[in-house]
Amino acid sequence: MSIITAKDLCLWYGATQALKNINIEIPERSITALIGPSGCGKSTFLKTLNRMNDLIPSVRIEGTVTYGGQDIFAPSVDVNDLRKEIGMVFQKPNPFPMSIYDNIAYGPRTHGIKNKIQLDDIVEEALQGAAIWDEVKDRLKKSALGLSGGQQQRLCIARAMAVKPKVLLMDEPTSALDPISTSKIEDLTQQLKKDYTIIMVTHNMQQAVRISDNTAFFLLGELVEFGDTEQMFSQPQDKRTEDYITGRFG
Amino acid sequence: MVKSMKKNKQFERAVHGLFLILGLVTVASVLVITVYLVISGIPAILEIGLWDFLFGDTWDPASSDPKFGILPFILSSIYGTAGALVLGVPIGFLTAVFLSKKASPKVKEIMSGAVSLLAGIPSVVYGLVGMMVLVPGIRDLFGLPDGASLMAAIVVLAIMILPSIIKVSITALDAVPKEYEDASLALGATPTETWFRVSVPAAKSGIATAVVLGVGRAIGEAMAVMMVSGNVANMPSLFQSVRFLTTAVSSGMGYADGLYREALFSIALVLFLFIMMINAVLNFFLKGEKHE
Repeated sequence: MSIITAKDLCLWYGATQALKNINIEIPERSITALIGPSGCGKSTFLKTLNRMNDLIPSVRIEGTVTYGGQDIFAPSVDVNDLRKEIGMVFQKPNPFPMSIYDNIAYGPRTHGIKNKIQLDDIVEEALQGAAIWDEVKDRLKKSALGLSGGQQQRLCIARAMAVKPKVLLMDEPTSALDPISTSKIEDLTQQLKKDYTIIMVTHNMQQAVRISDNTAFFLLGELVEFGDTEQMFSQPQDKRTEDYITGRFG
Repeated sequence: MVKSMKKNKQFERAVHGLFLILGLVTVASVLVITVYLVISGIPAILEIGLWDFLFGDTWDPASSDPKFGILPFILSSIYGTAGALVLGVPIGFLTAVFLSKKASPKVKEIMSGAVSLLAGIPSVVYGLVGMMVLVPGIRDLFGLPDGASLMAAIVVLAIMILPSIIKVSITALDAVPKEYEDASLALGATPTETWFRVSVPAAKSGIATAVVLGVGRAIGEAMAVMMVSGNVANMPSLFQSVRFLTTAVSSGMGYADGLYREALFSIALVLFLFIMMINAVLNFFLKGEKHE
């Protein structure tokens, strides 16, 4: 079952076209990797899905993206509700300059949960879910900025999970991390895909192979190829895909 | 080669020496002012008595039984400054949030320019406009015999502290990393929630600095206050004429002599101590920012 579908999606930054006729159906409760060289549009596509591109003044979008059958650009859609459903983890760990607890509780509080006991539960559940509970449970009131980079990124994943989204967008979540932290996050994604749909931009093709079920290859704003990860990396259908994954460019 | 290197070294040394001397001029000024104020301010306090001086509620230096209580001035200065903050901080702070986060670049440019202009207006002009517009306005609005009052001083001071509050707050808010705001928006928070729950807390030490700078400006202002406050040594009340610490010194200095004159130095000393305290608070905030 696909949870997100893009149909003839085009996007321009001013006069520059960054996405060209993207058609894709992203299956539920799986990991989809978006790969391609820098500037190919994969991050742009990711940020279109939770409408973070709305924040850039010169953006123009054509075509449709549906989430659970609903057009996300429809005027009736509340962008804040959409972002609650489709969470995001950024390239650089970006915890708020607050305590660990307040970081996780930020989202739920924003959406109206005030009850202390309920918040405590959500915080613990989210931190457990992001496999960081044991490391921080004794220092919940301490600043999140005191954590290591890898811990901060798992905290950010926990923070995104605390608003109970269905989809997690991850924009190169491990590119700023050391190998051990990276493998912890990769392991975590395998746990998370049981409950969440994960769409992850990655520059690291080994990572795409290790963790993803499906892979989408972007080049110059086009979606060149999309399909089962194993198949794409063993028998790419498109010459350009083959050139890229065998390291001939990019 | 060697010769020119030696020459260079001598030149460098001379330049360093010059800079050091210029720096010392500043330090020396502060020292001279401090020492002078303490030496000239202490005798009158000793003669009047510290308690009677600070907490005496009557200032009547020229009568046959002179009274040198400066509590009216201290309280006027404190109330005036506090009132200016109550009016000025919300306006200045919210303006800063608007300009930093919401305003289009064009609007921001124009409004920032206006704010800078406001900072450059001499205080005598504030006083003049206050005298001609604000004082009659307050008189008519509240049906008073005279509009020159603490209220008028508060309004003028509130406007005068706006530029420092706005500018320093904007700098602090602009410096909040965009990543914080993106994270908040991506969690489904609205822009307004994001500004007030993420951006403002992240900029809080800068905003606190802005407020303290405003306090310093308000408590040290003399000219504009003198022109709109009526300059009578009453215990402060919102719609009565009052005299501030600053204006007590400046209005008496021309003709006072003897103990009266010495007491004015003591008032200046008290004002100086207030400013020192504000500076200490400011340093505390600035240090806090560095440690984060």
